[in-house]
Amino acid sequence: MRQAFCDSMVREQSREDFVFLTGDLGFKALEPLREAIHDRFINAGVAEQNMVSVAAGLARQGFRAWTYSIAPFMFARPFEQIRNDVCLHRLPVIMVGNGGGYGYGVMGATHHAIEDYGVLLTLNGLDALIPAFDSDFTTLIPSLFTTQRPTYLRLGLEEKPKDWTAPPFAPWRKLVSGQAGTLIAVGPIAGSVWASCMERPEETRPNLWCLSQLPVADLPEELWRDISQTPRLVIAEEHVATGSAGSAIALKLARMGGVTSQFRHVTALGYPSGLYGSQKFHRAECGLAPASLLAAFDDKAAL
Amino acid sequence: MSGSRLEAVDCPSVADLACRSRKAKLRLLQMHFESGVGHLGGNLSSLDLLLAIYHDILTSDDQFVLSKGHSAGALYVALWSVGRLTDDDLKQFHRDGTRMSAHPPAQGIEDVLFATGSLGHGVGLAAGLAMGRRFQRRPGRAICLTSDGEWNEGSMWEALIFAKHQDLNNQVIIVDENGLQGFGSTTEVANIAPLADKFRAFGCTTLQINGHDQMALIEAMETRPEEGPLVIVAKTIKGSGVSFMENRMEWHYLPMTAAQYESACVEVANT
Repeated sequence: MRQAFCDSMVREQSREDFVFLTGDLGFKALEPLREAIHDRFINAGVAEQNMVSVAAGLARQGFRAWTYSIAPFMFARPFEQIRNDVCLHRLPVIMVGNGGGYGYGVMGATHHAIEDYGVLLTLNGLDALIPAFDSDFTTLIPSLFTTQRPTYLRLGLEEKPKDWTAPPFAPWRKLVSGQAGTLIAVGPIAGSVWASCMERPEETRPNLWCLSQLPVADLPEELWRDISQTPRLVIAEEHVATGSAGSAIALKLARMGGVTSQFRHVTALGYPSGLYGSQKFHRAECGLAPASLLAAFDDKAAL
Repeated sequence: MSGSRLEAVDCPSVADLACRSRKAKLRLLQMHFESGVGHLGGNLSSLDLLLAIYHDILTSDDQFVLSKGHSAGALYVALWSVGRLTDDDLKQFHRDGTRMSAHPPAQGIEDVLFATGSLGHGVGLAAGLAMGRRFQRRPGRAICLTSDGEWNEGSMWEALIFAKHQDLNNQVIIVDENGLQGFGSTTEVANIAPLADKFRAFGCTTLQINGHDQMALIEAMETRPEEGPLVIVAKTIKGSGVSFMENRMEWHYLPMTAAQYESACVEVANT
């Protein structure tokens, strides 16, 4: 996904208002962007707080300022700068966090970001984007050069089968139709479970929806119909429950009078065993592996 | 009583630095007294610097960031002194529904570019402004006023390293070195004296001035280092001009009683 992100950024190189700051990360990934925009690619060093303040200053001066680090260093270390310098002034700084969730796997807990968008969405006026597919950047990146809102962009890995074509980027996308219920997955998790869904007959597979933009936009009519017509609803995300997309969706459903009794929210749980491993290992510990998510739609599964 | 004392300070020319300082001090005291709020010590240490900045230094090409946001009172009075804020504006200081909050607001005052108050933000913000000017090939400088205790914050050093490495010679950092911070003196709390030597060690052109000598700041700002940023360490007195407040910790926090206000006004008016 980082490669696709970089490719799309390079396509914007002719914009005179484009400045990109990295917190000394991006080796073997962002070099093409550095070569494309020259002195407007700034390595701000291992100093994320200052990087965000500088970006705010640049944005105040009319620049489209982007900041980049791995996800935990992008949202947690400079939180006050994001809050005070960027969000209080409604500056359209784009903050890119690579490897959201358990993306950095066995690198350990300090390198995970399982609270990122929940924490950031407490800030007024901020958007969080969680693209699921490489092709998302084709439309997403140009749109971010016109947004007037502070934005957090969480990068992960594309996890769909390679030869499948994803629908164009949208806050809500339906990937699979089924009859056994509805599975809403946030960002790349949707891609990870897509193929497993399709292996099931229509009667035992869920409708699969991908959510890629927060705060949660109004539910599409078709999603509302899916939830209303089939009682089982599972929401899966690589993020802790507090501040999650699932909480926001549940609140929307409650307001719409659509509370379902057969509801499961599958989230990051931290480190249940106290052990570390790959992203896949941590997802499995949290019940976020495709088989676990789909088991909820088996006939006798209790939610 | 205070109003008449203020009106009695007749400054035929804004170039009369001592006179405009006296007038601004009286207005600052009046504003804080009428609002019943403290933070006077750091406001009085910064006031002469801010008067010089707004009257004589800033051009339409320059931008200013008050990193020590707790001196917002002095900032508002300096803006009043140059006619950017009115008496009615200052009467709203600290009131419900005001633009004039105790620390500079995010919106509502055109001359305030950034809300500050949490220390450690201004130098990085100004670095972004300076870098933007460089990209745009625009003249002018990004000027930032910090406190001295603020240099306890790691983000200040992040920003200084950045400004130096990026050679932002269109950035100026002015330090209000009044020697007192939140709960002790700067040497008692986290001693990094002499502060100017630290800036020099980072390779910055660093000047030291008397922060109550407005002409000294005006002259120091004429310095154009080949490599940036320029740092000016301005030695000041917390509570300057009111003897019972000078160099006393409590005037970081306390509001004045009526008797104290009267005494302060008498002293300032007769200086």
